[in-house]
Amino acid sequence: MGGKLFRNFSFLSATLSFFLLVGIFAILFTYAQEAMHEFGFDFLFTEAWEADEDDEGGIFGGYVPIIGTLLSTLIAMAIAVPLAMGIAIFLTEIASDAIGKPVSIAIELLAAIPSIIYGMWGLFYFAPIVQSTVGGNGVGLLTAGIVLAIMIIPFMAAISRDAMNTTPLVLKESAYAMGATKFEVIKDVIMPYSKGGIIGSIILALGRALGETMAVAFLIGSVMSIPGSITDPTTSIPVLLANNFAEAQDLEMSSMYFLALILFVVSFIIISTAKFYFLGRKVKG
Amino acid sequence: MGKNNLVMDIKDFSFTYSGAEEPSLKKINLPVLENKITAMIGPSGCGKSTLLRAMNRIHDLYSGNKYEGLINLYKADGSKENILDLKKENDFIKLRQQVGMIFQKPTPFPMSIFDNVAYGLKLSGIKNRSELEGRVEKALQGAAIWKETKDRLKESALGLSGGQQQRLCIARAVALKPRVLLFDEPTSALDPISTGAIEELITELKEELSVVIVTHNMQQASRLSDYTAFMYLGDLAEYDKTDKIFLNPSKKLTEDYITGRFG
Ligand SMILES: Nc1ncnc2c1ncn2[C@@H]1O[C@H](COP(=O)(O)OP(=O)(O)OP(=O)(O)O)[C@@H](O)[C@H]1O
Ligand SMILES: [Mg+2]
Repeated sequence: MGGKLFRNFSFLSATLSFFLLVGIFAILFTYAQEAMHEFGFDFLFTEAWEADEDDEGGIFGGYVPIIGTLLSTLIAMAIAVPLAMGIAIFLTEIASDAIGKPVSIAIELLAAIPSIIYGMWGLFYFAPIVQSTVGGNGVGLLTAGIVLAIMIIPFMAAISRDAMNTTPLVLKESAYAMGATKFEVIKDVIMPYSKGGIIGSIILALGRALGETMAVAFLIGSVMSIPGSITDPTTSIPVLLANNFAEAQDLEMSSMYFLALILFVVSFIIISTAKFYFLGRKVKG
Repeated sequence: MGKNNLVMDIKDFSFTYSGAEEPSLKKINLPVLENKITAMIGPSGCGKSTLLRAMNRIHDLYSGNKYEGLINLYKADGSKENILDLKKENDFIKLRQQVGMIFQKPTPFPMSIFDNVAYGLKLSGIKNRSELEGRVEKALQGAAIWKETKDRLKESALGLSGGQQQRLCIARAVALKPRVLLFDEPTSALDPISTGAIEELITELKEELSVVIVTHNMQQASRLSDYTAFMYLGDLAEYDKTDKIFLNPSKKLTEDYITGRFG
């Protein structure tokens, strides 16, 4: 009795989430139609985002927010991946328990901080530092990228650490018994063994960086222009959507759905890839 | 050959694990003879693995263990060194290249069959491709697994059966031409046929090197070994020629253990 009920309930939830996914896609796709017909593929390469006087038409292109999203994410990943790997390796192979445990807990807590707090901290504390050391006016691509990196590092490090921790002790000992150094054991045994989890963590963090709104909204400058230098302000897809959604109408609204659809598809592909890697690892192990 | 040369000599060796009150090994004295197979037997927890793991200093991956006494390793030229004096990572590496270790469960690395066997060779600085290929083939032949693997050297070692994986691990260790190979219950995770193959292999290996093997299988110890050490509660209770231990042990304790009358 109860089992059947539970099974039906699980089945319902499972189908519901599937329909939700398809539903969201369908809605984005439908609302994006107007912009897709109007601009087609040129949308991806148009810099302008200008509504006509009467608010009924205009020229809208996704080039700036797409480039802004890609660049800020790229900066974030370039900083975060090596640092997160370093932290994970430190925690699994180098730190003693007395140091490793508290650092581990701190990392997990950092991963749980809401992004708006990173945004505020970044704006009031970090932006002036960037301004005085690298230049620019504080907010911009670099600041957004670095704070994004700081945001995703704990998350990436925690998952990679868990993956590296699954390397069996005897496997490491066998490598040492062959005359390997600690560095060689990390490089040749631990990294390959936990490759699936590490790549998974990178891809999930990538997905998070691409879609991050609040922290980036505070820091990227929200300016509709292609950055000429790394400290220049620009905008990103989620930031543009959040800033313009309230007032936009018709074609502009449809263009924003088009942007949302692009972000949705890209994120979907990224998360599916991550899932594929996680699953692939389970099947093998 | 034929002569009873020492390859390792354990003298008054005591070992206490980090944080433990009692020593796990108490004043052990055990010779390891060249080109012979020495078996270590004894009830669970008596310290067999602890002693074996002292012989290649793998214990030193973890800090805080205490030991005293000495363990001499005799070189081919007759000189000896006390391996307990080693301190530098480089010296541990040299030691482990001379004293290899095979674990209970097969431990193929997550890489191809070829790379598994070439791994230790590459670590030891051999880069020349044809030399690597030659030595990998030789090691795989030496470990009686060449026929099964020669057409799939590039495939992942994880695809081999358990018994094949264990022979691969032996090949990997043999490739380094160690003076001593330490086996910690190498067949306890394997089926009888794979076990037979490994036993045969170990018997052949003693032409080239010296073997110390921990086993819970009395038949295996008596079939394989030339000398047997019976350990009990951290002591070396009796050490002698295997025939003597199994046919006419001098201690009642030893007799009780090998005949299975153990309380
Ligand atoms: N890492 C460790 N820390 C503390 N004590 C340990 C550790 N490993 C083993 N011991 C203790 O040392 C003693 C000897 O253990 P050891 O593993 O050498 O026994 P063994 O003879 O190999 O047993 P088995 O036949 O079950 O493998 C045991 O009392 C065990 O509890
Ligand atoms: Mg043991």
